[in-house]
Amino acid sequence: MRAPRYGYFRQAITLAVIVFVCAQSAFAHPQKGEAVGFLTGFRHPISGLDHVLAMVAVGLWGAQLGAPAIWVLPVAFPLVMAFGGMLGLMGVPLPGIEYGIALSAVLLGAAVMFEVRPPLGLAAALVGFFAVFHGHAHGTELPPGQSALLYSMGFVIATGCLHALGIGIGTVHRWAWGQKVLRFAGGLVAIGGAFFFWKAIA
Amino acid sequence: MKNMTQSRLPLYAFVAFGCVMYAVPAEAHLNSTGMGPFYDGLIHFLMSPEDIVPVVALALLAGLRGANHGRRALFTLPVAWLLGGLVGLSAMTAPPHPFIAAAWFLLIGGLLAADAKVSLRVTTALAALLGVYHGYLNGTGMGQFDTAAVALLGLAFAVFVLIALLAALVIRLRAHWARIAVRVAGSWIAASGLLMLGWAVRTR
Repeated sequence: MRAPRYGYFRQAITLAVIVFVCAQSAFAHPQKGEAVGFLTGFRHPISGLDHVLAMVAVGLWGAQLGAPAIWVLPVAFPLVMAFGGMLGLMGVPLPGIEYGIALSAVLLGAAVMFEVRPPLGLAAALVGFFAVFHGHAHGTELPPGQSALLYSMGFVIATGCLHALGIGIGTVHRWAWGQKVLRFAGGLVAIGGAFFFWKAIA
Repeated sequence: MKNMTQSRLPLYAFVAFGCVMYAVPAEAHLNSTGMGPFYDGLIHFLMSPEDIVPVVALALLAGLRGANHGRRALFTLPVAWLLGGLVGLSAMTAPPHPFIAAAWFLLIGGLLAADAKVSLRVTTALAALLGVYHGYLNGTGMGQFDTAAVALLGLAFAVFVLIALLAALVIRLRAHWARIAVRVAGSWIAASGLLMLGWAVRTR
């Protein structure tokens, strides 16, 4: 009974290879440029290491603080960041953006490293304050000619995925060794932030 | 058995290769494939993120609030969409206003993120207004076709199916983290609305 199954498998693989090799490009999108808009938006938050460090640190800190911070921060951050993005799009100036972004990585990384446990309101305010800088930077750097809706969605989803990544890594906090790893990761984020702060000053 | 299947393999491969080589380019646009106006409308909805996202948000909100809200949205939204579309068929073209689109994202996404305890009347009003507005926009765009009414029916059917599936899915959620995930989706939708608002101001 094993031989026929193996034969069918080989046939299926052969057919699949032929179909994939000969397949033509699918032009199924009714509006050109929409997929470009989503992908461009999705790539934007993950294209800068300074942004990535801060976003992941938010997730790490949320996981370290536990409920309700673990879900308040990921709900609040995209909204406040988008508010900053809106200000950037509207052309409302915000001084010291690069310093703010670098400082966010330093402070959030330090918070994870020292397991700082402020009241929830203070933690949300700190994260929200720095989210404005990140959002504003993204808003002002927005490339022209993209699909607003798809770009925005890609941008927000990528940010959320970075938070989810941080929360996922932060789940090691339940173990004693994991808590040390998490604090070490926080230290690395803080060092990265200090590097970007030094670059912004220099 | 093994020898027989192996001996037929080149034949099958040859036939498949021949079929693939003679395949014409895929013409996925419904005008040329002739799937019919009903499916034109259905596919139009499924390929329009500006229509889908508010419906998704409303379905999630209604699902979070419970079965009564889900049922009310399920029947109100498609009917309102259809009525708005029928009115739009006889109207002149009305380009979608970016501020209003952003406002819908912000409003429903914000309510969802905040897990707002909206009443049944509010859910009904939201479904009716959303349906009439988007249906009207769809209708004005379809007015040039003879079979537009059937296309609108397909579109309303797609709305019905989507809201039924999503609301039912959320109503069944009991785990705390799963309901938080739904609220995070609302936060993302509202955040997208904020960015769209900024974009609309920039390109004004």
